[in-house]
Amino acid sequence: MGNYYGKGTINFDNAPSVHSYASAVGPKEGQGPLADYFDYIGEEAALGEKSWEMAEVILQKSAFRSALEKGQLAETDISFIFAGDLLNQCTCSSYGIRDFDIPFIGLFGACSTMAESLALASVFVESGLAQNAAAMTSSHFCSAERQFRMPVNYGGQRTPASQWTATAAGCVVVAPRKAPPYVRAATFGKVTDMGVKDVNNMGGAMAGAAYETISTHLANTQQSINDFDMILTGDLGKVGSGLLIDLFKRDSVDIARVHADCGLMLYKISEQDVHAGASGCGCSASVLCGYILKRISEGKLKNVLFTATGALMSPTMSQQGESIPAVAHAVHISAE
Amino acid sequence: MKITNQEYNEMLKASSPNTKLHMTLPKAFIIGGFICVIGEVFLKLYERYGAGRETAAMLTSITLIAVSAILTGFKLYDKIAKHAGAGTIVPITGFANAVVAPALEFKTEGFILGVGAKMFIIAGPVIVYGIAASVFYGLIYYISGTVPV
Amino acid sequence: MFMDFLWAFVIGGTLCLIGQLLIDLTKLNPARILVTFVVAGVLLGGVGLYKPLVDFAGAGATVPLTGFGYLLSEGVQKAVGEKGLLGIFTGGFTAAASGIAAVVVFALIVAMLFKRGDKMT
Repeated sequence: MGNYYGKGTINFDNAPSVHSYASAVGPKEGQGPLADYFDYIGEEAALGEKSWEMAEVILQKSAFRSALEKGQLAETDISFIFAGDLLNQCTCSSYGIRDFDIPFIGLFGACSTMAESLALASVFVESGLAQNAAAMTSSHFCSAERQFRMPVNYGGQRTPASQWTATAAGCVVVAPRKAPPYVRAATFGKVTDMGVKDVNNMGGAMAGAAYETISTHLANTQQSINDFDMILTGDLGKVGSGLLIDLFKRDSVDIARVHADCGLMLYKISEQDVHAGASGCGCSASVLCGYILKRISEGKLKNVLFTATGALMSPTMSQQGESIPAVAHAVHISAE
Repeated sequence: MKITNQEYNEMLKASSPNTKLHMTLPKAFIIGGFICVIGEVFLKLYERYGAGRETAAMLTSITLIAVSAILTGFKLYDKIAKHAGAGTIVPITGFANAVVAPALEFKTEGFILGVGAKMFIIAGPVIVYGIAASVFYGLIYYISGTVPV
Repeated sequence: MFMDFLWAFVIGGTLCLIGQLLIDLTKLNPARILVTFVVAGVLLGGVGLYKPLVDFAGAGATVPLTGFGYLLSEGVQKAVGEKGLLGIFTGGFTAAASGIAAVVVFALIVAMLFKRGDKMT
């Protein structure tokens, strides 16, 4: 059984394994620097579907099927699936999973969902409640734009701090300890609201939550940044990453040495016109399930603190003048 | 170390990039001005073919709305707008784009509840406050007694 | 003739430049810009300041949304003159009728004929 350190951190004594993982992305992500690592790259944004929502459903299905296939698992081998996405009612997750005969636990953590679902799946496997548990999330640029911002073909101008919602999905299957990567510990973050109101600066709204969760995790597990070869944040982008580094500087910690951000890895930032980088649940999900877990499996990365960050932005509340709360969840994934 | 929201927002402000005014302003000026020149061309054309000043202006608006609608249909308007900013928002073509884009976007939800209901989600306030301001002005104009009842 | 085009360009461009300044410096979103411009047009038209600009710059003053506001104020003035009290309510919509009808019909046609687009580049 896992140990509760208090203040949100759980230690996994048995360290469950990441049994298999897969990613699925859209065409823009398929032109990015990580293209070679994805299991599926769609040719067009609609992926042959009539609506953006159904296109996102296809991404989840595809990531899930690939993860099963790569892990040589059948649908019936999965005890629970933890999944969520950005849309109201976690639409794409429930529609993505409705064709499968698997108990479904829907989550909303905005862009932190990959870490949230992975941590929960690990808790279930660690405690013996599940044999194999899947964790999955997705986002789609167009489905997110039409719900949170403007119709896709509206001629608005994106601000320099704005980020591009990734059209991507990722799925991880967690199983009892057998081979690396292992899930060693996790910290569930608190809702952190730094009073940021700019809905076009998600990285800025989330950096405080990332700082809070990473600091808490390190304090609770009595580790320092030197114990990790990578502290990977979800989608802080340029603005949020810079801010996170500044926040740690105040504690005399040079996190820049080990810090990487999925939002800065998914696209060629200068060429693909994404302004401050990538965002969306699918951003950290596809970077983790495409690139990072592979690097850990190969032993090229030993200890990664995967900290997915979510801006819990509600257009309704923003219109009411409220600031944007954020949350970050951290999962320690290790090759040892 | 604990940080107050105020300190945080100051740090955020320092690390957030500002819009490059030397890029956005000239583009808005040139593209917006260019759209007005196209308007002037149509205005002159309609006048030459015998339309009065007022009719020519209305026909020009309708023409520009049609052009903008077609450009939106071909997904070109937002590509220009990415550079033009207010240069494509402020002219009447921007008003048309603000109506056509949601009409196209919400087609998946059907022609009544999608296209019909969502058509004015961006441009609706323009009509609401434009008409309200005109009624308000009309009232003052009426009360000021410059006209017979 | 050439001067007409030049002034249309300069005045139209300047109105857009003001809009861009509002976007960049005040973080007003596009819907607020549109409303600001239309209401400003009604007010400027009402106090008689916009008409000289229209006479001077032609489409440079009528094509930007302030011109739409000006059109509304002109319409109300005319309708109040013709119909009195009732004109307060009919003037605005009458003046805006062709524009609103055009935008509704063209939006419907485009929605029927075109596929909606993504934004992947």
